[in-house]
Amino acid sequence: MPNILVLVEHDAGTPRKVTNQILTAARGLGADISAAVFGEGAGNAADALGGYGAAKVFVWDSPDAHGYATETQVAALEQAIAQSGASIVLAAADPFTSDVVARTAIRLKGGVVTDANDLELDGDRVLVTKDIFGGEMTSKCFAKGEGPQFITVKPNAFTAEEGGGGSPEVVSLDISLDDKAKRAKVVDVVEAESGGRPEMTEASIICAGGRGLGDEKGFELIEQLADALGAAVGASRAATDAGWYPHQHQIGQTGKTVSPQLYIGSGISGAIQHRAGMQTSQTIVAINKDAEAPIFSIADFGVVGDLYKVLPPLIEEINKRK
Amino acid sequence: MRIICPVKRVPDTAATKVIADDKTLDRDAGEAILNANDEWSIEEAMRIKERTDGTEVIALCMGPEQAQTTVRKALSYGLDGAIQITDPAIHGSDAAATARVLAAALRDEEFDLIIMGNQSSDARSTLVPAMLAEYLDLPALTYVRKLDLDDRTLTAQRETASGYVVVESQMPAIVSVVEAINEPRYPSFKGIMAAKSKPLETKDLAAIGLDAGEVGLDNSWTQIVEATPRPPKQAGEKVEDDGSGTVGAQALAEFLAGKKFI
Ligand SMILES: Cc1cc2nc3c(=O)[nH]c(=O)nc-3n(C[C@H](O)[C@H](O)[C@H](O)COP(=O)(O)OP(=O)(O)OC[C@H]3O[C@@H](n4cnc5c(N)ncnc54)[C@H](O)[C@@H]3O)c2cc1C
Ligand SMILES: Nc1ncnc2c1ncn2[C@@H]1O[C@H](COP(=O)(O)O)[C@@H](O)[C@H]1O
Repeated sequence: MPNILVLVEHDAGTPRKVTNQILTAARGLGADISAAVFGEGAGNAADALGGYGAAKVFVWDSPDAHGYATETQVAALEQAIAQSGASIVLAAADPFTSDVVARTAIRLKGGVVTDANDLELDGDRVLVTKDIFGGEMTSKCFAKGEGPQFITVKPNAFTAEEGGGGSPEVVSLDISLDDKAKRAKVVDVVEAESGGRPEMTEASIICAGGRGLGDEKGFELIEQLADALGAAVGASRAATDAGWYPHQHQIGQTGKTVSPQLYIGSGISGAIQHRAGMQTSQTIVAINKDAEAPIFSIADFGVVGDLYKVLPPLIEEINKRK
Repeated sequence: MRIICPVKRVPDTAATKVIADDKTLDRDAGEAILNANDEWSIEEAMRIKERTDGTEVIALCMGPEQAQTTVRKALSYGLDGAIQITDPAIHGSDAAATARVLAAALRDEEFDLIIMGNQSSDARSTLVPAMLAEYLDLPALTYVRKLDLDDRTLTAQRETASGYVVVESQMPAIVSVVEAINEPRYPSFKGIMAAKSKPLETKDLAAIGLDAGEVGLDNSWTQIVEATPRPPKQAGEKVEDDGSGTVGAQALAEFLAGKKFI
């Protein structure tokens, strides 16, 4: 049986959805599963992680985990891998987590495969299915270094289902940090107003707006649509460049790659660089007044019309049906 | 101060991708360009150069011989020189092997800062900056949307899903930047002309002291088994609104309800 360590994403000890999804995927591989959870409140996560199949949980409950950039967590992950004896490490395809994984992998001479959509076992190897070139192609690949196999998994690639363990064995890690691990220090954390909306890469529905909105105020309409659907808000580069919406919401080649169950693009033409970030979405809906807009060629449903006319009655209708 | 900008030659996003028999991307099949994200790192380095006397900016590129056009393009922004690492043994290197090459190339170079794109548009791994930092034993500040320099102290805003965190570090360090950091300039005519005569050092693996057994397809730590084009998506139903908005809205609501989204 493969021995898998899952690196946990959490908010003050509550595991994030993506972690439950990864634990479910690890169970699907018929593995011995342990989890590593770092940061303040980490200790509170153990039982929840057990509920998704972690038999053992390595805990480093310390403000140092997020008080510095990357390297403190590299030290902790290295320890957790050594103590668990894992040959496979699964983590979320999240920018900062990928940094931790990348540095740890170099230390342990293991290969890293990013952005997995699916995992299957092939002998001792995990064969990863992933999109490449912005979803133009899919590929199967694996990690083959002499160290463990490191794989980052895309949010929503798997459906989280409880199962497995119960109360896991908890191992408290004792991490001694040298000055080097602390050389990049976090001095401030600034949270933008999220309006209670989910994060884009984790959302199952994304409502995106583009230049066709005409101005910053247009995004209020996109936010209303998003709130009616419990969705996240995305934007094209034309919209983020104009300063109508923050860059972290940009979808596309130089923004985020998303594949939600539903993407609704309003006033977005569907340029190739935008499609490179959303064309793997399960269902694509486009609202555009130009019947020739390229986005329609990949849309499952299109409305040719003025978004300022179509969206208000649509929002009303959705709210009515709720 | 000396700043290094690693730059990558990538296929144009619109170019058809061809996978060769060894499962690597056929890099001669379509048009190749300078990775877009590396234009922001170049811009950021040039802004530091322009406000800090005695600053030199050097491009570093690992790539085939043809990558020289990419390096010249990078130089046209006003950089002082470039290093290109070219060797047949490099073909097929993954992120870690690429980082080994870049690290070896920098081992005997003096530098204070490495500024690079957060992602290449073809591999899109985002791994190279952190891996390079590990090989060079440097701190890495990735996904930076704003960078300030005060003597030897760097203060960076790292973009997060829900805002940003401010991180402080001393030089030398590696910084990877996101699009929000600046608006890159266009190369001037003067810059394009000057790029042709800027110093460009081309080195092979032996020259950077790296063994061929540490790089390339066979010595990478990842392997691609297959790569297949995704079947083209079929366009679905398209409803023409009559100008009232309600026709389009009703039809779309029905569609969403049918799919159980509402
Ligand atoms: C290197 C590079 C990287 C890039 N990276 C990205 C990226 O990451 N993400 C990205 O999105 N783009 C990216 N781009 C830019 C991309 O090429 C397009 O310019 C951009 O996506 C266009 O945004 P848009 O669709 O909002 O605007 P436009 O292309 O201008 O489209 C606006 C659309 O709105 C429609 N419209 C106007 N008014 C209305 C109305 N009242 N009702 C309904 N429809 C209306 C119009 O018909 C039009 O189709 C990149 C470009 C380059 C060169
Ligand atoms: N072959 C290369 N030569 C020089 N720099 C590279 C190369 N590959 C990647 N990089 C750098 O690493 C960054 C991130 O790329 P990646 O990790 O491939 O997504 C790029 O923006 C470049 O700055």
